[in-house]
Amino acid sequence: MELTKRELLLLGSGAIATMAVGLPTASAFAASAEVEKQIAAFAGGAKIGSGKVSLTAPEIAENGNTVPISVDVESPMTKADYVKSVMLLATGNPAPGVATFHFSPMSGQASATTRIRLAKTQEVIAVAKMSNGSVFMDKKVVKVTIGGCGG
Amino acid sequence: MAKPRVKVPRTASKDEVITIKTLISHKMESGQRKDRKTGKKIPRKIINKFTVTFNGVQVFATEIQPGVSANPFLQFNIKVPESGEFEFIWVDDDGSIYKTKKSIKVTG
Repeated sequence: MELTKRELLLLGSGAIATMAVGLPTASAFAASAEVEKQIAAFAGGAKIGSGKVSLTAPEIAENGNTVPISVDVESPMTKADYVKSVMLLATGNPAPGVATFHFSPMSGQASATTRIRLAKTQEVIAVAKMSNGSVFMDKKVVKVTIGGCGG
Repeated sequence: MAKPRVKVPRTASKDEVITIKTLISHKMESGQRKDRKTGKKIPRKIINKFTVTFNGVQVFATEIQPGVSANPFLQFNIKVPESGEFEFIWVDDDGSIYKTKKSIKVTG
């Protein structure tokens, strides 16, 4: 069967529409059970608030093998009130755990930068635990052009 | 072989918040990769812990998982109250320990 130009165009637009539906939207990055488990274990039963933590990540990472990630937490960093630790999770990696930073009042400023691996486009999460037990979270979606888990 | 590199300012004023950068050359084998020939998984071998002490007291630490890139880079801050010596320690999955020291002179 010969396809007319019109039929071809229709087919094409249909394919594009299906692709658009298949594209991940922000809500599609639902945290997996493993990610939720790790966050719950880290929070230790505390309610997770927003604010205070800010995660800095590139919007688009060309190379998933090494993606620069920074995390900053607002805190006076005194002996009475400081950030104890910050956990980084990559929700779309085969193993979501990335790193956990442990700060002290001597940190002066609760911020850390590292380079991480991202297997595909996904959401990166930072969870911070304060010395008084309160917990805060921030998330960023990073688009990855080349995945970084080898194989 | 893992070679640590650390950048610490030589001098600082009292209670200044300084920035420290560290890097160690290490493959950070994630344990997820497969050997192309045998099809078997290559066992995990990463640096799993990094600690920093200042005059013998721990001031910063990081637990590292396979999600950290090869040649792990870490940048963080420390508020220096006095002159002293930093010690940086990286712990490998195989039990090896890599260490390096840097001193800082605090004036004023």
